[in-house]
Amino acid sequence: MSWAGRILRVDLTRGTCTAEPLDMQWARDYIGQRGLATKYFTAEVDARVDPLSPENKIIWATGPLTGTNASTGARYSVITKGPLTGAIACSNSGGYWGAELKMAGWDMIIFEGRAPKPVYLFIENDSAQLLDADGLWGKSVWDTEPAIRKKHQDPQIRVSSIGRAGETGCLFAAIVNDLHRAAGRSGVGAVMGSKNLKAIAVRGTKGVGNIRDPRAFLQATAAAKKVLADNAVTGQGLPKFGTQVLMNVINEIGALPTRNHRDVQFEGAKDISAEAMLEPRKTDGKPNLVTNQACFGCTIACGRISKIDDTHYTIQNRPQYWGASGGLEYEAAWALGAANGVNDLDALTYANFVCNEDGMDPISFGATVGAVMELYQMGVLTKEQIGIEAPFGSAQALTYFAEITARGEGFGREIAQGSKRLTAKYGHPELSMSVKGQEFPAYDSRGIQGMGLAYATSNRGACHLRGYTVASEVLGIPVKTDPLATDGKAGLVKAFQDATAVFDSTGVCIFTSFAWTLNDVQPQLAAACSDQFTVDELGVIGERIWNMERDFNNRAGFTSRDDALPPRLTQEPAHTGPAKGHVNQLGKMLPEYYALRGWDEDGRLKPETRTRLGLQ
Amino acid sequence: MQKALYINADKCTGCRQCELACSYEHYGVFNPAKSRIKIFDFDHTGRKVPYTCTQCAEAWCLQACPVDAIRVDASTGAKVVLQDVCVGCKVCTIACPFGTINYVQDTGKVQKCDLCAGDPACVSACPTGAITYVDADWTGLERMQLWASRLGNSAHA
Repeated sequence: MSWAGRILRVDLTRGTCTAEPLDMQWARDYIGQRGLATKYFTAEVDARVDPLSPENKIIWATGPLTGTNASTGARYSVITKGPLTGAIACSNSGGYWGAELKMAGWDMIIFEGRAPKPVYLFIENDSAQLLDADGLWGKSVWDTEPAIRKKHQDPQIRVSSIGRAGETGCLFAAIVNDLHRAAGRSGVGAVMGSKNLKAIAVRGTKGVGNIRDPRAFLQATAAAKKVLADNAVTGQGLPKFGTQVLMNVINEIGALPTRNHRDVQFEGAKDISAEAMLEPRKTDGKPNLVTNQACFGCTIACGRISKIDDTHYTIQNRPQYWGASGGLEYEAAWALGAANGVNDLDALTYANFVCNEDGMDPISFGATVGAVMELYQMGVLTKEQIGIEAPFGSAQALTYFAEITARGEGFGREIAQGSKRLTAKYGHPELSMSVKGQEFPAYDSRGIQGMGLAYATSNRGACHLRGYTVASEVLGIPVKTDPLATDGKAGLVKAFQDATAVFDSTGVCIFTSFAWTLNDVQPQLAAACSDQFTVDELGVIGERIWNMERDFNNRAGFTSRDDALPPRLTQEPAHTGPAKGHVNQLGKMLPEYYALRGWDEDGRLKPETRTRLGLQ
Repeated sequence: MQKALYINADKCTGCRQCELACSYEHYGVFNPAKSRIKIFDFDHTGRKVPYTCTQCAEAWCLQACPVDAIRVDASTGAKVVLQDVCVGCKVCTIACPFGTINYVQDTGKVQKCDLCAGDPACVSACPTGAITYVDADWTGLERMQLWASRLGNSAHA
């Protein structure tokens, strides 16, 4: 019973905060966080709702292991209908905020309606109140967090908030906590902004104490931590290099999307890699990377803390960027770098700081800039329209676009619509490298076939965190499969998707799955919560969560036609590297996947699938 | 042999496993708000610094207590708060120059690090070895060794 057993419902229109008991049957059927909050969301919200209307709701949710001593038990998710995609959105963040909410005695917060003017929610254990955010609106995340702590004279308050990107309706605006941890994707920050909700500030001192079987739980968490420590990826690679350990690896196998996916290898990859972040600079002899950092309870500590070169053009006379802050993860380094052909490590770090400062997803932002640069190269967009010369490789254009997009200024307002809307406006929708309107992350599916299927079927649009078959196809976890083969990939994608849905519902980080399987999660979850969570039951729950999300998307209007990749990936073969001559063979994998899922040809759940999974 | 906590802030990742272990050891709850060891984050430098009681030999808290609620644990040298004697007057929290003895609203008493009777939970919980429990006379050993290694591992020595 490690749920707090209580949820907070906030009606922004009326300005009320109400405590409700957690639905324990749903908790056993959907665990917590992603699964449980999506159950609440889909039960309460019409799938056809306009994501930016008051009728949409938005939920912050922890899992039963959040706030415990289970390694990585930091996580919370934000669930809503995403404005970038029109599909279910579910973005996951670490840092310290999620544990603080749990310590205050809440499993989740459901927001509905729209506040008549800017507000923030302040939670102090049992007390929750909406307060005036007039003085905060227009501030960045970096200014909002200290302003709230100062106002309440409590330096230990944790804040989850939006910056100017979320306020100005950027469709890939993120929600940021602890300065640089983000619920990053699908535009959850824009939904927050549309509701005039600036921040959720939390101080929790009650703790998490209702472990079902404390002795078994302490044994299980200790054993699971040892598995992480003994694993080469989670014990050594991630703490030392972060996710950036992948940059050179993915480039070598010819799956690093470059210049809006025109190429699959980037000649500048080594300049923006983990190794480059450790290299002493010529100017001051110090490396870009200052240290690694953990989220709450995390014994991996993959987070990057970086400092920009004092002499770099981006930070002259701008002291807010002079200190150390959240540095480049692999996806951000790719999106801001390879996707645009930019190899200036400090420029990428600066653009990443700006994304954190004002709450913006660096993946969708960087990938959209890639599309802008391609349109510029083609002569469709001109310097007069966009405010700067923007050929592929221009660091100046990248950092300029970051500033104006994050703040909702000028042409930045068009970038803020994402690549699907922007390329369509200028007559080239085929240049949007996205699925369901959400931009691809850092793996080219011509060189990693399974990822094409994972992207096409991801419930929140293109995403690497919904079924990371890179683990198997490239890294050999749990078993090595051929990245260029399609045989067996439907089953592989489904297995990764279902298991990931479980991890995302417990409160632990998906990065543990480099070392853990459900066999490692199960003893922790069962000891904390309920004997009912056997490994087999968890498998069913994962599949149930996946299908619940899919069913919502179907009701929102998505069909099999939307499980598609851009023609560049299915028709233009890779030019170089091991995948040279290959396109993604989505058409071979998709029918087999539908059959395994128990879906009909339109991609809808068959009645027997609903019955089997208890989805009515 | 008496032992002491030795903290190497360079190794701290900021994960709070020590705070969780401390609060669970003493209160049976995962709750950093009740931990006797605390991590401080310095965002602009990226540094994280664990801080707790260093068990002063001439302890200000012990001297100041008007009811003799703070005693020396002979086996560990820890200055331990006797919960059934403490009256919650908080004079010790004023006397301590380091701020490492604190009032707890829930119990109406003060709390401080008691070295877990010789097996500190924070030490076992730390995943990076930033917190260790070593010979009290040799807390500097690791740093001395590091500097000595410049000579010891030099080919020209």
